[in-house]
Amino acid sequence: MLSKRLIPCLDVRDGLLTKGVKFLDNQNLGDPVEAARRYYLEGADEIVFYDITASAEGRGIFLKVVEKVAEAIFIPFSVGGGLSSVSQMRDVLLAGAEKVSLNSAAVKNPPLIAEAATAFGSQAVVLGLDARKSALPSCPSGYEVVINGGRLATGQDALAWALEAERLGVGEICLNSIDADGTQDGYELTVTRLISEAVTVPVIASGGAGEPRHLLEALTIGQASAALVASIVHFRQYEIRVLKKYLQDHGCPIRPSD
Amino acid sequence: MIAIIDYQAGNQTSVHRALASLGVPSIITDDPLALRAAQGVIFPGVGAAGQAMARLKATGLAEEIVHLAKAQKPFLGICLGCQIMLERSQENEARTLGVFPGQTLKFDPQVKDEAGAPIRIPHMGWNEVRLTQKSTLWAGVDPKDQFYFVHSYYPAPAKDLVLGLTSHGLEFASFLGREGLWAVQFHPEKSGPPGLKILQNFYAYCQKVAHAQ
Repeated sequence: MLSKRLIPCLDVRDGLLTKGVKFLDNQNLGDPVEAARRYYLEGADEIVFYDITASAEGRGIFLKVVEKVAEAIFIPFSVGGGLSSVSQMRDVLLAGAEKVSLNSAAVKNPPLIAEAATAFGSQAVVLGLDARKSALPSCPSGYEVVINGGRLATGQDALAWALEAERLGVGEICLNSIDADGTQDGYELTVTRLISEAVTVPVIASGGAGEPRHLLEALTIGQASAALVASIVHFRQYEIRVLKKYLQDHGCPIRPSD
Repeated sequence: MIAIIDYQAGNQTSVHRALASLGVPSIITDDPLALRAAQGVIFPGVGAAGQAMARLKATGLAEEIVHLAKAQKPFLGICLGCQIMLERSQENEARTLGVFPGQTLKFDPQVKDEAGAPIRIPHMGWNEVRLTQKSTLWAGVDPKDQFYFVHSYYPAPAKDLVLGLTSHGLEFASFLGREGLWAVQFHPEKSGPPGLKILQNFYAYCQKVAHAQ
């Protein structure tokens, strides 16, 4: 049967990782290609890159990184961060990424999803959805869409947006809980389950992983198809193969990393 | 030399890079002469069947692929390039190449997986391939190895063409064809070391055939 996926997420600015990734030899490596290669060899099922570059020059550098990554790893990887046009998406796909992740630009301009899905197929289009708890009447699900890197609340219902994006043609949803992000206290299971149950496309849980148990919870209680990991692997708290072994030992279908 | 068929389908460069990592020479081309001259041909693909068929017909590549298959050119179809080898597809109700008897069907979202949960569509991620017939393409591949899939439609070929099965709510043919004329639903170029092994086996087969001629 289909395995659950473990996906490290790397933030890149001006061609370098924004947080050092610590490997066994205790080096902090700023090179995203090197980091991607190591995670590939450790058994990552996929890799996500976020380009948090502000400048046009930085974007050019980032495309070079994507090309180098495509030569170094032979698993799928997606690219997100600031993509707002089909031509920008085409650039990263031609550079070697399998998928593009759309976030704020899709909220501001929903037809962009349909344009991207028509141009590249739904399998290549991921919705990056940042959600946080909300008591607003406009958010009956109890969760609100937040854009611009978590800085701007939209007052728009997160569940309704997930369904709309699926209808428009996204092939996958990467659901990041703003409340849980960076806490290492565990994924936000309520919203993960809420959205996973409502849509047919796979959902990637994101934000809050601090222990192996958290991943298991997201993939079972949260019903996610995949778990995104960042700090928990970047700072060498856990190796990917250790996390996968834990999941496998607890009955989770996983691609063995050996 | 391996020729990768170029019909603007998207993943031809991924296949090219994977072959390069193995030291296998390849070209991405839509030139029929280059395809015929190559030791073997890889037919990759992502996207929708209808659009892909329209492009293949407009460029004359549709006829050329049927010709290559008849001429017993070592051939490997990948993903959409696997589905298009069948007679027709439920996707866009497209009439496809018909190299293999059978059709491409849509996954039914009502179907449940082994754990009792509704299957996710697309079938996206890593899954096993259970060989039903021995194949040179699988030499050195461990039965526990998994491969990367991403698709919403699945191949349903004639029974005697099934070489391997994968389970996603139902069992479908993820590996099909006959010796030298193969098609896989997953992406070997994105399936890590076991995927690369399959590409390497394909190249070894192509070289063997070329030397025998």
